[in-house]
Amino acid sequence: MNQVSEKENFLQGVKAATPIAVGYIPIAITFGLLAKSLGIPSYVSFLMSLLIYAGASQFIGINLIVLGASWWEIVVTTFILNLRHFLMTATLSQKLEKQASRKWRMLLSFGITDETFSVSSFQSQGPLPRYFSLGLNTIAFVSWNIGTWLGLFCASGLPDTVKSSMGIALYVMFIGLLIPQVKKSKSALVVSLLAITINSLSNWLGISNGWGIIIATVFSAAIGAQLFAREESN
Amino acid sequence: MNLIYLVFAMAFVTYIPRMLPMVLLQNVNLPSYVKQFMKLIPFAALGALIFPGVLSSTGANHMEPAIVGCSMAILLAWFERNLIIVVAGGIAGALVMNLLFA
Repeated sequence: MNQVSEKENFLQGVKAATPIAVGYIPIAITFGLLAKSLGIPSYVSFLMSLLIYAGASQFIGINLIVLGASWWEIVVTTFILNLRHFLMTATLSQKLEKQASRKWRMLLSFGITDETFSVSSFQSQGPLPRYFSLGLNTIAFVSWNIGTWLGLFCASGLPDTVKSSMGIALYVMFIGLLIPQVKKSKSALVVSLLAITINSLSNWLGISNGWGIIIATVFSAAIGAQLFAREESN
Repeated sequence: MNLIYLVFAMAFVTYIPRMLPMVLLQNVNLPSYVKQFMKLIPFAALGALIFPGVLSSTGANHMEPAIVGCSMAILLAWFERNLIIVVAGGIAGALVMNLLFA
């Protein structure tokens, strides 16, 4: 293997982040727009992108704030929503090169999202260079925050029909993430349908939105893990 | 309610699942049931997040734009993996309905 310089690794990471940036900016704009249209103070939305840096959690966070959910519901929903990162970072921790110290790992782990994880996983056969991850994560993070700012600045000029139509952005993003998975995996299909059923049921029973999502997520994933214990073990 | 504290709490519970395994689980092999459970979490969470919330996403008694936008997104996502196109198409579908019924 060639000895590649740190700078070169960093630049390769930057390059690999381009499709992520292209995807993040419009979604972050939507986040900024939606947050503003829902009456969330701009500094809160800005801090969310800066400190939380997790699309689904931020969208559902502002939704739950507007729905008047309790802090516990919001924080627990956020936590449940991000449980999947346990598995991703566990996988990446073994792929990351040995030179990455604990401090490096603590820094790089902040930038792990579904997208940066996917790109990193398919990047190289050997160990993952830490400077590559740094470049990748930096561009993804910066584009998410730039998009948020654009959304916050653009929001006021848009007509009400446009703003009201933006309310669906979160859901269509989720649909866009889920459909390709459902197409290729039976367990994804069954588990998401289970979650929809359980969530609708808890909704009908009058359980709050926040807890309904948590209950539906945990139970359908647990049932799915039982049903598909043998199927896709890799 | 001070939203800043809520943001800090959300940031904390987002960072912990990202950081802990990276630092601690370097060579640990999780039980297969736990692995499978976590692997299915995204599908479960997405399903629960989408439905029935999507029905009220364009206004409480105003489901038509949501249904059209949603159908548009499903159709696009089926053939097109590009998330931007799916999101744009979904919003466009809702917007057209909103303009028609405004």
